[in-house]
Amino acid sequence: MSVRIADVAVVGGGIVGAACADAFSADGLSVELIEAGIVGGGASAAGMGHLTVMDDSEAQFALTSFSLRLWKRLETALPAEVEYSRCGTLWVAADDEEMAEVERKRQFYTLRGVTAETLDARQVAEAEPNLRPGLAGGLLVPGDRVIYAPCAAAWLVKRAIAGGARVRTGVRAVSTDASMGAGMVTLSDGGRVSAKHIVDATGAASPDLVRPRKGHLAITDRYAGFVRHQVVELGYLKSAHGHDIESVAFNVQPRATGQVLIGSSRQYGIGDSRVDAHLLARMLRRAVEYMPRIATLSVVRAWTGFRAATPDSLPLIGPSPRNGQVLLATGHEGLGITTSLGTARLLADWVAGRKPPIPIEPYLPTRFPAEVHRG
Amino acid sequence: MVEILVNGKVVRVAPGTTVAAAVLIAGEERFRHSVRGEPRGPLCGMGICFECCVTIDGRPNLRSCQMPCRDGMEVVTAVFNEG
Amino acid sequence: MKDSLAFEIVVVGAGPAGLAAACTASERARSVAIVDDNPAPGGQIWRGEARTPWIERARSSPVQLLTETQVVASPGEPALLAARGDRPVEIRYEKLILATGARERFLPFPGWTRPNVLGAGGLQALVKGGMPIAGKRVIVAGSGPLLLAVAAYLRRQGAKIAMVAEQASRGAVLKFARTVARSPSKLMQTLGLMRDLAGVPYRTGCWPVEAAQGEVKFRRGGRTWSEPCDYLACGFGLVPNTELAALLGCTSQDGFVAVDSRQQTTQPGVYCAGEPTGIGGAGLAIVEGRIAGYSATGRPDEARRLFAERDRGNRFRIKLQEAFRLRPELAALARPETIVCRCEDVSFGRIAEHRGWQAIKMQTRCGMGPCQARICGPAVDFLLGIPADSVRPPIFPVPAGLLAEDL
Repeated sequence: MSVRIADVAVVGGGIVGAACADAFSADGLSVELIEAGIVGGGASAAGMGHLTVMDDSEAQFALTSFSLRLWKRLETALPAEVEYSRCGTLWVAADDEEMAEVERKRQFYTLRGVTAETLDARQVAEAEPNLRPGLAGGLLVPGDRVIYAPCAAAWLVKRAIAGGARVRTGVRAVSTDASMGAGMVTLSDGGRVSAKHIVDATGAASPDLVRPRKGHLAITDRYAGFVRHQVVELGYLKSAHGHDIESVAFNVQPRATGQVLIGSSRQYGIGDSRVDAHLLARMLRRAVEYMPRIATLSVVRAWTGFRAATPDSLPLIGPSPRNGQVLLATGHEGLGITTSLGTARLLADWVAGRKPPIPIEPYLPTRFPAEVHRG
Repeated sequence: MVEILVNGKVVRVAPGTTVAAAVLIAGEERFRHSVRGEPRGPLCGMGICFECCVTIDGRPNLRSCQMPCRDGMEVVTAVFNEG
Repeated sequence: MKDSLAFEIVVVGAGPAGLAAACTASERARSVAIVDDNPAPGGQIWRGEARTPWIERARSSPVQLLTETQVVASPGEPALLAARGDRPVEIRYEKLILATGARERFLPFPGWTRPNVLGAGGLQALVKGGMPIAGKRVIVAGSGPLLLAVAAYLRRQGAKIAMVAEQASRGAVLKFARTVARSPSKLMQTLGLMRDLAGVPYRTGCWPVEAAQGEVKFRRGGRTWSEPCDYLACGFGLVPNTELAALLGCTSQDGFVAVDSRQQTTQPGVYCAGEPTGIGGAGLAIVEGRIAGYSATGRPDEARRLFAERDRGNRFRIKLQEAFRLRPELAALARPETIVCRCEDVSFGRIAEHRGWQAIKMQTRCGMGPCQARICGPAVDFLLGIPADSVRPPIFPVPAGLLAEDL
């Protein structure tokens, strides 16, 4: 088989790889995108598609808020099947301690120009009538969005193709060799791609990944209006998803279809992708605690996915410490849909030698000692 | 005989009659509206296609072909629901 | 806490195969249960027929009948999670026999989503449930011997059967009829049907091409014409229910559950009998069920004595398959705008843009609705040769509260 020559070879056609292919192609570079399965069929399809500004750290805020701005620039261009929804996020506080967290979050967001509104008990009940009575209040972040990521990834890939990118699905990259000045990707069908830059956007399959994190989701039949916002418990930050190896949290989302998407679970050190009935039950019990009527909604499907988690919950964006010709675009954990566009922008600027709109340093893989990276 | 309400109309049926049959007896052939708003009615008759879904006693998306009529049941079809 | 039950042998499905398997196993097993989602045993074929010998035999045996119980998941073997109304029940087993039966295959053509178009077996089931049919003008169309049984039943209930349209050619049907004539019991059945259907036109090589309000357009030879009718009852053969087998990790071959000579699947201790292993009718299903019942209770010699009868059943199955093979013209009926996935209203044109089931599902939402691709999956397979091969729990929609119960 002949060698195909490109400026950039993007390995992995999830939302991150799709965004990278789109960004490089918009810069006029020739792009070859290689996806082992189908575009947007991995973790992108296993997540909620929540576009959210997060405040765990300044660096996380910078990347999520920048990325959300990029998504909002696309909102009129996205086709209907991307199901772009302006539902916002409602962070729910169960008690006074969590109300203190509401206030901290509100101040954090407001100081940085993100609209956030404190709701009292009555206002939270009005905003989401299916929440259980007696909650303390909540924080409404109206600027957050929801999309259907598999179709968003497909749309980004279509745009990259229109810009000249070539896409190959159903083919794995079996090895990358970047020792001779230019990288060479060898494919499972025997083909090869020679590229100046290789982008590793394989998510949880990335060799530089620190740990895969397994998550469960369940989706219901159509019940239009049952839930109006992405509703997330604040215990999410405080305890539930803390340091346990297995945890659940209340996190529900209205889909454009009228379906209710129910999350979430976290498990580390699990390789089996099957649905764990016990953890699914725990996750659904948590959802029912917050929204009792969820118990009556019909669940049509439950599934799992693996996210690429890092020790500091920040992604790996930039040259691999083991091989500078390989650019990493992985480790996005639960925020890959939001941060895909920001990640792609940072990498495209890096390759073009442009000054990025936000500093790339917090996300550079070299922040970790080399031995953390598995070969 | 069992008495149920279909879109507010009283229907008397023999015991063992399914809700799907009662809806048809009431003269209603549109059970639900599809995603694009097309009228739909029962197809498989055995509870797998979900085309015969109606609202029963306030609960939506229930398969009428699998549900025996019980006295006092209130059935609402899509047409009635959406005016 | 959910209820928990435990049996030595659990049979899923109370049709011919399941009843035969359970009765046979109960001769030896400490405890046997049949789990079925319907209110009464009998499956689709014996729906509403309480006096069928196998139903009577099961009722007078120690077999426990768990009706209105829908298996939805396998929360770690060897146990099933089932729904009884809104209540969960865990059913533990030592050996499991899958006799999950089959459903009708529906093919998309313009107008097939209209409320006056129903399944053939579907209309029969609805009428058994009390749907008034007397005086209605009905056309039964599609393929297979089921069409005649449905037409005869509807006529006995007072329907006017305007026509039975069989897509298979006259030659294929006549050849099959000669096979039937060699089996006395099948011949008697057929003669009974012919008596019931005297005067009803049975058109071979004929199929519906478009349905409208009050009339359906048919094609036969080179001719296309419209027939007035109140209902079109339409089924293009049967599709096996293999979802539970797939969830348990049993291997499939050409869409059917793979079994060895003892009816054991590729999962040790899990057996399968009846239509999921091949569409062969009630006779073959009963033999397979008995073999599975003997095998699951450690009686290989008794099982072996039935192999010859099963071989005869399989020869009939192959003849059935050959006679009523669907003609390729049927795959050309769907237009780009024709709906294929009825739950999500996905048109054929959108589906045909993609090459694999996962891409079809994710990019178009085909198969994402509550029927979980039971209707559109076989249609997509027929139209594009792409099998719907992903099974996720629950294998039937159930209330979240049921899945949320502590194990």
